Amino acid sequence: MTGQARTTPGAGPAWVRGGTGGGAGKASLDVDALLTDPDTQIIVCCGSGGVGKTTTAAALALRAAEQGRTVCVLTIDPARRLAQSMGLTELDNVPRPVAEAGAEGGGSLDAMMLDMKRTFDEVVEAHASPEKAKQILSNPFYVALSSSFAGTQEYMAMEKLGQLYDEAGAGAAGSARPGKRWDLIVVDTPPSRSALDFLDAPERLSSLLDGRFIKLLLAPARGPARFLSARFAIVTNALNKVLGAQVLSDVQTFVAAFDTLFGGFRQRADATFALLQAEGTAFLVVAAPDPDAMREAAYFVERLTHEDMPLAGLVVNRVTDLPAAMLDASEAASAARTLDSGAETDQQVAGLLRVHAERMLVRAREQKLKRSFSAAHPAVATVSVPALAGDVHDLEGLRQIGALLTA
Amino acid sequence: MTGKGGTGKTTVAAALAISLATRGRKVLLCEVEGRQGIARLFDVPPLPYEEREIGVGHGGGQVYALAIDAEAALMEYLAMYYKLGRAGKALDKFGVIDFATTIAPGVRDVLLTGKVYEAGRRRDKDGGYSYDAIVVDAPPTGRISRFLNVNNEVAGLAKVGPIRKQADAVTTMMQGRRTAVHLVTVLEEMPVQETLDAIADLRSADLGVGNVIVNQVRQSPLTPPAQDAIGSGRLDAAAISASLAKTSIGASAELGVGLLEEGAAHAVRQELQTDQRKVLAGVDTQVIELAYVSEGIDMGALYDLALSLREQGLQ
Repeated sequence: MTGQARTTPGAGPAWVRGGTGGGAGKASLDVDALLTDPDTQIIVCCGSGGVGKTTTAAALALRAAEQGRTVCVLTIDPARRLAQSMGLTELDNVPRPVAEAGAEGGGSLDAMMLDMKRTFDEVVEAHASPEKAKQILSNPFYVALSSSFAGTQEYMAMEKLGQLYDEAGAGAAGSARPGKRWDLIVVDTPPSRSALDFLDAPERLSSLLDGRFIKLLLAPARGPARFLSARFAIVTNALNKVLGAQVLSDVQTFVAAFDTLFGGFRQRADATFALLQAEGTAFLVVAAPDPDAMREAAYFVERLTHEDMPLAGLVVNRVTDLPAAMLDASEAASAARTLDSGAETDQQVAGLLRVHAERMLVRAREQKLKRSFSAAHPAVATVSVPALAGDVHDLEGLRQIGALLTA
Repeated sequence: MTGKGGTGKTTVAAALAISLATRGRKVLLCEVEGRQGIARLFDVPPLPYEEREIGVGHGGGQVYALAIDAEAALMEYLAMYYKLGRAGKALDKFGVIDFATTIAPGVRDVLLTGKVYEAGRRRDKDGGYSYDAIVVDAPPTGRISRFLNVNNEVAGLAKVGPIRKQADAVTTMMQGRRTAVHLVTVLEEMPVQETLDAIADLRSADLGVGNVIVNQVRQSPLTPPAQDAIGSGRLDAAAISASLAKTSIGASAELGVGLLEEGAAHAVRQELQTDQRKVLAGVDTQVIELAYVSEGIDMGALYDLALSLREQGLQ
């Protein structure tokens, strides 16, 4: 079951305009069609750091809410002013209504920031007896794991997504998801070192908790596997030498306490993965028109396809958009030289022509990047968002981005 | 070298390495995030876990590069300090190496910074340091204090033992006078704010802050009076069209409107740059600016940036 399931025979998905059949670079992404399709229940925005992923997620969520959907946006680490623009003042792991958003069209928007440690603690509390939970939460290894394990943030983001998706509530009248609080969850992904850590994190965490090494640590307590003990002794001795004896004993205590939760974790990881693959989910890869971000985007697209994740398309942010694009760079530059020796106004116009020539060069480079991307990935529907001159600080700014996304 | 994603941290780190490699000096340029950004920049095949020469410096020195890989660093560390021949293999087999490098919190950072520490202390046969300088293309601003302050990372976990000792030694070097953390930013609100936050974090972790390096600074082709004329509407589409008539382009009111629009957007961006520059002026550390390279970064541009860093005192 993948995103392809929503493709009717002979046509592309409803949100892809043109280009079906693989004309390079012709497939464009109809964001409004995606947002208003009641079958779209989860939108995951992923991309490398610094490309405007969080802003895109917030703008999409706001636009969907204003079109009548009951939306929750999960942000990971929003810039202060972006968070303020949605009325998020604290990181408290609870979705808060964004004032006024969507009220007119019968929709609503809630926004939250992820607190990864709290999310992890809650998972433990939900699955262990109070006594055991207390034991786990105070274990030094757990404290380190839950606050700084390289994949914890990614894992907890996906865990939170699952929770939000399942959260019961009145929802909107006529919602496609009766009994659920939201009918659309938009999620921002952590700015990971390697792009798709959030896909790997559940697997990595469960392989940690389910792995051979942990089994070995548990082996003495469990009794069987005694035949391994000689080699195991080599391993533990080596580890004790390197880490110090107390670390290993902390890990062992943690693992013993956590033992009963392993099954649950594994199950949840599998459920999260299945949810991401489900047909109600749409992945949007977000990029900026620079070589690094586009290369990352290509990697994302390939990886998502490989994992059978329902990829909806690519959003290229901050694209140079030029009202005077009919004038080419070299002509502008040569005219500027002609005007340099003229009157004051002429010199000012020369300046304007140089601004234009520079931007044309930048634009040409950006277009080349976009072309190479679509040549390699002709089926990926794309939308370009022109750069705003200023930063986004308020709902109005997000609305403007939303409009550009759907222009 | 740290900086928010997308600010050009790797480029600036490479330029600094080139600029530091003056007469006969040897500089090591390291990356720690497995992205092979250095190899891409220098247009060489992916770097192995091995120091190799990748370029010459400005004054005839040498630039070596190394992609530090936590797993390889751990195996090397075990071999070097514990002579763990058989046990080392057993550790690998039981998934312990994998466990330690990808999962055990903090250990990964200790290994990465530990390798930098080792390279920084290494001496040649003649007793001199192997490298005159080491430039690390470090994790982004959001993670930098945690990355360098490894001691703190493992403190809660290992109270005694070799990993703890190693972490202590690394932290001492990172907090020492010979280490400086440079921060790369661009003149935009979010990166500047993150830079200020990172400076505060670094200082509270007793880590030395070096320079703020503002990358991709655009010089405006518009003089301040020209910007005023656009802003106030004194320069209008008709006037632009009249000037264009004197060129091969010819009069065009439509083009006048377009150029004016572009000029106005440009002026807004310039103003935002100016605002952010003012914010950075409040930082009590030297701010260095690098010009935007509109043709994209190639080797030539890298050497130009290195020269610019040298001229501004970073050498």
